[in-house]
Amino acid sequence: MRALLILLEKEFRQVFRNPAILRMMFLMPAVQLLIMPLAADYEVKNVKICVVDYDHSSYSQKLVNKITSTDYFTLVDYTDSYDKALTYVEHDEADLILQIPASFERDLVREDEVSLFLAINAINGVKANLGGAYLRSIISDFNRDVRLEWLQLPRQNPQPVIEIASINWFNPLMNYRFFMVPGILVILVTLVGAFLSALNIVKEKEIGTIEQINVTPIRKYQFILGKLIPFWVLGLVILTIGLLISWIAYGIVPVGSVFTIYVFAGVYLISILGLGLLVSTFANTQQQAMLLSFFMMMIFILLGGLYTSIDSMPMWAQIFTKFNPVTYFIEVMRMVVLKGSTLYDIRYHMLIVLLFGIGLNSLAILNYHKRS
Amino acid sequence: MKQFIFFVRKEFLHVWRDKRTMLILFGMPLMQILIFGFALTNEVKNTRIGILDNSKDETTRAIIHQLEASRYFDIVTNIPTNSQLEPTFQAGTIKLAVVFPENFEAQLLHTNKATIQLIGDATDPNTANTLINYASAVIIDYQNSLRGQAEFPYSINTEMRMLYNPQLKGSYNFVPGVMAMVLMLVCAMMTSISIVREKEMGTMEVILVSPIVPIWVVIAKMVPYFILSAVNIASILLLSVFVLEVPIQGSLTLLVVECLLFTITVLALGLLISSVSDSQQIAMLISLMGLFLPTIMLSGFMFPIENMPVPLQIVSNVVPAKWFYTIVRNIMIKGVGFEHVWMETLILVGMTIFFMVVSIKKFKTRLE
Repeated sequence: MRALLILLEKEFRQVFRNPAILRMMFLMPAVQLLIMPLAADYEVKNVKICVVDYDHSSYSQKLVNKITSTDYFTLVDYTDSYDKALTYVEHDEADLILQIPASFERDLVREDEVSLFLAINAINGVKANLGGAYLRSIISDFNRDVRLEWLQLPRQNPQPVIEIASINWFNPLMNYRFFMVPGILVILVTLVGAFLSALNIVKEKEIGTIEQINVTPIRKYQFILGKLIPFWVLGLVILTIGLLISWIAYGIVPVGSVFTIYVFAGVYLISILGLGLLVSTFANTQQQAMLLSFFMMMIFILLGGLYTSIDSMPMWAQIFTKFNPVTYFIEVMRMVVLKGSTLYDIRYHMLIVLLFGIGLNSLAILNYHKRS
Repeated sequence: MKQFIFFVRKEFLHVWRDKRTMLILFGMPLMQILIFGFALTNEVKNTRIGILDNSKDETTRAIIHQLEASRYFDIVTNIPTNSQLEPTFQAGTIKLAVVFPENFEAQLLHTNKATIQLIGDATDPNTANTLINYASAVIIDYQNSLRGQAEFPYSINTEMRMLYNPQLKGSYNFVPGVMAMVLMLVCAMMTSISIVREKEMGTMEVILVSPIVPIWVVIAKMVPYFILSAVNIASILLLSVFVLEVPIQGSLTLLVVECLLFTITVLALGLLISSVSDSQQIAMLISLMGLFLPTIMLSGFMFPIENMPVPLQIVSNVVPAKWFYTIVRNIMIKGVGFEHVWMETLILVGMTIFFMVVSIKKFKTRLE
């Protein structure tokens, strides 16, 4: 026990006597948390549209007005040359071209049918899809207006109509930040925990100080615990800073209890730090450790469900996410912060992450050899 | 010159003899392409939804059946009562609930009007939106099938054409991004760390007292990483063409030249990092937080730049990856020529020269 306490004292001193690292460790997450949610905005808005109007009739004018009156589309240019519009798209100045044919108004009134042409820059598939769908719904609204102008519709519905009422729960304002911030916080805690713990033992190897530890009567588990506890504390401190920032800057107050978050984070940090320590027992140089943990973190984070929904992943990826601690923490964070889930709701998440922690740390202890 | 070649050989041996690192460096692009190509989609499919059917008649069954048949939804639970709705969401099992009121069919038949309630889990607003849209589309389809075919007067049809990416594949968007990311990692991070490592271990002293001009030492360090990156560029391009089926529309030569230019830009950045940091950990933190994250966030490949607040949009202009991403996307996907990317190319060249000059100025040939 005493040996452990002395080790802890050494580790804490090492951390606090390296102001550069310490500053990075606290400042970086704070800055990231302030900037990243601003950048990470998937919401499709400001779709730039270029209208090619060959008709110049009152109807085509009305349609264009209707489109530009939404704050969803910005009109880049109103021209009568498709080629010119296409150059806008090539230069990324427009996302969408709406082409109105020469006989738009006449055909609509006389032939009862007319076609508009939409060309969409589809490099970003999601944006193309949503932008196109939205424009179509505006056009069909416009279509309804035209019909109303020409036809008298009966008061009572002659045909069955199913009305659809939709509500959005847990985030009625549809604030995207509420979704991203808890997730980003998880990533930051994970990154700092995993990298620092991975680099730590390797640094001792590289500098050669590990030899000194190896000849002392310190036991393997004591050594690993001595490395684990300081970073565990640091991880929780970073979590606290993160929660404060998300409260002050974004007004996010967890619906569930903060206690639940800390309990889960405590368990989670054990497994993430275990992973880092395991990496550092494998690697011989800091470069290796960094690259290895970077490689793993990248996969874990990308497949963690922060940016894209896990449900839409293929089967093999979904199976992988079951073994990904990051997935569990992101899910728990969102559940507790936004939906107010309780410890009872997240009991399985907790159990699984605890098992990861025990497994990874045992492996790290087994893999750390005092003999060279 | 002979000395320089010896130094290059030494660096090669350093890289070559570290098999684990080599494996990861070559495995990284492969893994990223696989993940981005197959696992990460913003597309919504097989989403777990719940049904609360208070009516349990033929119409509701028919609608449920239609929902089930759509590839977007996967009905996982039947929620028995209204009070069970919230706990089901809280347990995290479903993303959308479809609620039918009592006497749904009767209402629809007698008053020609009935309401279905869709409840979305808006913790993820985008998904909630998309799901509600898809579910509404399924319901409207069903409603139209009730009406039978009726011709509408005064109808406006819309024809849509998806330019450049007719199948709406996500890969078109991220292949250029993955390229930027891998190059950033291999060149900037690895180079800077390996230079700083010599400082930390003290071997830099040995090198500095050798007769070779110091800056050549550093350039020799870059050569292996330059070649590694060239191999990675080739493997990414091959993978994206043959595995992801993303064609190269524009000129291959131009694309390769631009890639090599970006490689040099990033190597210069690595050099800059190494000249300002004294320990590997610092070099790593700078390249990770200062380079890698901005590359992901501000280059426009993960998040659309035009959505960002103006200050961030301005900041994004100093991220080299943003320009590279635009160049690659234009050449590879849109198939445009040099006349569309000359400005971006010029900016990259300018950045490269700037990084080079600053880092050579800062490079210390003396020991403290």
